[in-house]
Amino acid sequence: MGKAVAIIGTGQTKHGRRSDVCYPDLVREAVKAALEDAGITLKDIDGVVLGTMPSMMEGVSSTHFYFTEAMGAFGKPVMKVETCGSTGQSIGHCGFYWVASGMADIVLVVGSEKMSEGDGQATMTTVFDPFFQRTFAAGAPGVFTMQSMEWMYRFKISEEKGREAAAMISVSNHDNALDNPFAHIRTKVTMDDVKNARIITYPVRLLDVCPASDGACAVIFASPEKAKKIGRKAAWVKGLGFRGEEFFYGESDKAIWMSATEAAHEAYAQAGIKDPLKELDVAEVYNPFTYQEMIFYECFGFCPRGEAPDYVLKGAFKKGGQLPCCPSGGTLCTNPIGATGLIRLAEAVLQVTGKAGARQVEGAKLALSHAMGGVDQFNGVTIVGSNL
Amino acid sequence: MSQENHRTVKAQVMVPYELALGRTWSSFFDSLRDEKIMGKKCSKCSRVLVPPRSFCPRCFEDMDEWVEVSQEGVIETWVYVNMPFFAQEIKIPFISAQIRLDGSDSGFIHQIAGIDLSDFDRVKEMVKLGSRVKAVWSKEKKGSILDIAYFEPVK
Repeated sequence: MGKAVAIIGTGQTKHGRRSDVCYPDLVREAVKAALEDAGITLKDIDGVVLGTMPSMMEGVSSTHFYFTEAMGAFGKPVMKVETCGSTGQSIGHCGFYWVASGMADIVLVVGSEKMSEGDGQATMTTVFDPFFQRTFAAGAPGVFTMQSMEWMYRFKISEEKGREAAAMISVSNHDNALDNPFAHIRTKVTMDDVKNARIITYPVRLLDVCPASDGACAVIFASPEKAKKIGRKAAWVKGLGFRGEEFFYGESDKAIWMSATEAAHEAYAQAGIKDPLKELDVAEVYNPFTYQEMIFYECFGFCPRGEAPDYVLKGAFKKGGQLPCCPSGGTLCTNPIGATGLIRLAEAVLQVTGKAGARQVEGAKLALSHAMGGVDQFNGVTIVGSNL
Repeated sequence: MSQENHRTVKAQVMVPYELALGRTWSSFFDSLRDEKIMGKKCSKCSRVLVPPRSFCPRCFEDMDEWVEVSQEGVIETWVYVNMPFFAQEIKIPFISAQIRLDGSDSGFIHQIAGIDLSDFDRVKEMVKLGSRVKAVWSKEKKGSILDIAYFEPVK
């Protein structure tokens, strides 16, 4: 794993429709919050990593140029890393690698998106190949729904049971978001609201789907020496994993989902985790879609294959359950995509440092964070803990 | 956030492209003109992939052998799309599906049509995972994936 790496600060914007700020100012809002949280200044930063969705999302190419000043990167090395939805995990991994290699002491990692400015689904449809599949792609909802339908069919999950469990996930994420001052959607919803919402891509309805958000997140990685010198409570990276699959949808089995399964197993091996359901205290699973969240539970070994709806209906992943998932309200209530995977990491850090406020899981010491990207193609996982 | 007094500017980026298909995919679209669906077979792992590949994504070997696959197959999964976005090629509602064509080892993405899509409850009766569909060809071939107009349920 290289040298040990601490996370010494996180910052988030207030996420939502942020037409009050231009894009660089949104980025700076998160960077300033992270510097303040870490108790350091720009002078302490050795290098900066940025990640976003494809340029078409906001119509500005290569935003590491546009954001150089907003990220405080003037006169410093800058890297941009892009893996679509999993960008936030990829840039976190990149920050980790930079410090773990010993080539930098403190690295600032920034993820951002301003989705209200363009057409998110039109942009995401261009992630599909131009000749074979793009014609039939319906952005993210189309493909994630196909995957969920296949998963339910494979494991003989009835439409009614799937619907009930997905509705419960929507209700609990919306409840959780009420505790999160940064969340975009902060509205109480009921089971009936979810089940009767407008159909987007059947059986997925409006309240099974994340919003398109504006937002940014910044996370600061540091060597143990620097973390000690700064002297504030830090989180420690315990393990990380990332896997990719074939590009064409239909070539690999998305009901089992190799990339999600093996990314988690790689991270567990590094962190020494054998029984994630028992050993993890909290998980920030990338959950833009309620049905898909259940597939992740199975890939991550939180429950046996095909049994996620049963565990959900028993309340295993709710606040106060066996393994609380997404106490922040998750991606379902906030999705500025380039930032989202990093928000998962930032929330995991807040949990294991006891700084999560009203959404704190009591005594959390070990947390999983995750993101998924592309046409179900990439998955990344980072596990953080309270202790070195 | 309040949206009052927040100035915005309309903007648009438009860029025309001309994309090379390469030999393998050119041949595939040529075959569609003859109403044939062609896959490529890997000499190492023996899998037949549609869309065809110039190399096997898992073995990284050149895929040289062409194999014609069936125009019928099984629905592996599908989705009823009722969500519009900019530059969408097919009008909503439409059905995207992953179809395992007989003789192929991968799912093929296309649309299911030829049935009344306005009544979703009836659609659910007609389109089921695991049921069989067959290709319906466009009369006029343009060298695109829509030379196969759609797949329809096998009666």
